[in-house]
Amino acid sequence: MKKRLIALLVCLVMVMMPMLAACGGGGGGGEEAPAADEGGVKVGLITLHDENSTYDLNFINAFKDSMANLGISEENYMIKTNIPEGQECYDTAADLVDAGCNIIFADSFGHEAYMIQAAKEFPDVQFCHATGTKAHTENLPNYHNAFAAIYEGRYLAGVAAGMKLNEIKEAGKLKGDAPKMGYVGAFTYAEVVSGYTSFYLGAKSVCPDVVMDVTFTGSWYDETAEKEGANKLIQGGCDLISQHADSMGAPTACEEAGIPDVSYNGSTKSAAPNTYIISSRINWSPYYEFAVNAVKNGEEIPADWTGTIDTGSVELTELNEDVAAEGTAAKLDEVKAGLADGSIHVFDCNAISVEGKPLESYQADVDDMGDYAPDTEVVSDGYFHESEFRSAPYFDLNIDGINLLDTNFG
Amino acid sequence: MDKQKKEPLIHITKRKMISKKQEWAIRLGSIVIALIVCAIVTTITTHLNPIAVYASMWEGSFGTERKIWALLKELSILLMISVALAPSFKMKFWNLGGGGQTMAGVLATAACMITLADKMPSGAIMFVSFVSALCAGALWAFIPAFCKAKWNTNETLFTLMMNYVATQLVAYYIIIWESPKGSGKIGIINPNTEAGWLPVIAGKQYLLVVISAIIVTIFMYIYLRYTKHGYELSVVGESQNTAKYVGINVGKVIVRTLILTGLICGFVGWLLVAGTDHTMTTTIESGRGFLGVMVAWLAHFNPIGMVLSGLLLVFMSRGAGEISTTFGLNKSFGDILTGIILFFVIGSEFFINYQIHFRKSHRKEGADV
Repeated sequence: MKKRLIALLVCLVMVMMPMLAACGGGGGGGEEAPAADEGGVKVGLITLHDENSTYDLNFINAFKDSMANLGISEENYMIKTNIPEGQECYDTAADLVDAGCNIIFADSFGHEAYMIQAAKEFPDVQFCHATGTKAHTENLPNYHNAFAAIYEGRYLAGVAAGMKLNEIKEAGKLKGDAPKMGYVGAFTYAEVVSGYTSFYLGAKSVCPDVVMDVTFTGSWYDETAEKEGANKLIQGGCDLISQHADSMGAPTACEEAGIPDVSYNGSTKSAAPNTYIISSRINWSPYYEFAVNAVKNGEEIPADWTGTIDTGSVELTELNEDVAAEGTAAKLDEVKAGLADGSIHVFDCNAISVEGKPLESYQADVDDMGDYAPDTEVVSDGYFHESEFRSAPYFDLNIDGINLLDTNFG
Repeated sequence: MDKQKKEPLIHITKRKMISKKQEWAIRLGSIVIALIVCAIVTTITTHLNPIAVYASMWEGSFGTERKIWALLKELSILLMISVALAPSFKMKFWNLGGGGQTMAGVLATAACMITLADKMPSGAIMFVSFVSALCAGALWAFIPAFCKAKWNTNETLFTLMMNYVATQLVAYYIIIWESPKGSGKIGIINPNTEAGWLPVIAGKQYLLVVISAIIVTIFMYIYLRYTKHGYELSVVGESQNTAKYVGINVGKVIVRTLILTGLICGFVGWLLVAGTDHTMTTTIESGRGFLGVMVAWLAHFNPIGMVLSGLLLVFMSRGAGEISTTFGLNKSFGDILTGIILFFVIGSEFFINYQIHFRKSHRKEGADV
């Protein structure tokens, strides 16, 4: 009997605890959540993993840099790491709101639904989600997507690759008749398709007869699979390798085989000094600074924000002069200027053909409603308008000259 | 002289009797020592004030109303799985499949919510998913139980493997139902119609889960302590031969008990998908099937005790998350602290069951550590 009484008591305590807290919270909540300094902002960041993942590290570093640049002290920003793409993301976002944040960023594609849920509940707080696709259809004034025109960076990296191929060709060291590149991708998603196509078009702009083989690993980070993929491509006669996956698998495979390599998300020169040429990466600092400043000044953040070379969001890492062809640096500057002033378009229709036919019109699935139905004409003025109708990439055409060895939708 | 040489420095004897008071003194003592060790480790490795770190952990669990609710939700889910596993373990049926049985319920619920979304009213979906989740959980537990009863298969391996089967099935159906296509994720199920979502009681999103946990816990307490079924399964656990001798059908008790375990795990799966998360991922169960075993063991299969041991584990894990934010420490540091505390808590069981005698003093009271 006594035990039963204790049981009942414990249960009662369990029920009463939150209610008591609720009562206490009424008064305490106000003091608990000061909205930073007067006129200031408090900023939150939600990341999928922690700094051990290169993908999240890129966000965390950019976030810390921009907080330093904006003069936001450590008490006024919070980073929540290891937040899964589930209900925890909503709980964490709500937690950050409780802590007084007035702008919250998240870094992983799967966080989107939960960020939207939080945005609906807290209309006074700005929610900014990187890589998402739904902001332009959700019509929430406080929910925003952002991405970067990384295809411009890849195009430039492709130019460097094309020049290297020309050099190999002139030296008579091509493995086959035509210069051939290999590309290790993660999944056959638009984001990756857009990336390897722009890389290919960059190379083609200086080396017109280039072709490319693409293989997919089915993972954003799988060192073994990426290395195997690169080796498969090298054995298949590729003269140069590039990648869109996060590990060192492809660069190390290239270094071992002595094949030039264009990497991604940071220089791999230290690990591959004899083969690394250049790499492109997204720098998120400009977006963080832009969005936080907008909140500070009471300005609106657009539903979709696409960073470019101009905003500093798309970066090329150091060029390895030992491996790159002569004159690469000068050529890159020239193309960069062309991209900036609009005289060069990455997805220029003159360079693209699909099944032998020139690209004249394309309906892309821009509105991500789960219907996978094409809804927007994205070709006009002689080029494919990538990342203009929403920030996340939607180029998913299979153009001539690129040969998919396999596909992997996860 | 000779006599002294023969006697070892320490020797250990099994305790015959120990008072409740002594038992709890040892437990509390072990936690205090664990906290001191944690403090030393914290100071040496991070140069932070350990009191501030503990305060931050407390803040992470109880800091705001929302945090308390999140803690209660976590505790409730973990507690229900532990409570579900308790009868299996009390019967000495090593059911490592709590996770898989929960995942079976998760899959059944998600299947109903997705495929019936526009064919039935929300209430009907709720009912159908409830029944299917319970059946799926029960089936997942029934298969290894039946094989154990019939052919004496090894239930440890069997239930463990069933976890992987369930997780892979979930992974398979996530690809079939993924949205948007190519993302490898289901996202929130029926986000606009909220079809099949459980109602929010009194404006508190997690209240339903908490109430469910209270009911399940009290039910299991009564079931184990005051019913014939509960008595039978503890006899089977003590000795199968005794059970046979007194006329208990051992196979029947095993199957019946495991079905009960599976039903509760399936119920938890239903709550996870229809009640709190509204999605299905391969990690939605997040190791609670294993953690639940520890919770149940620490409490000696007493459902009320599991509230405390579960609370300790949930508190530690939420606190670990908080210190990684406040002090910029990696979450692994929180895991280290959790590991130290669990080491001492589990270690204290040794001193509850055994007594240590030192050579010289021949003290009667057990050394605390």
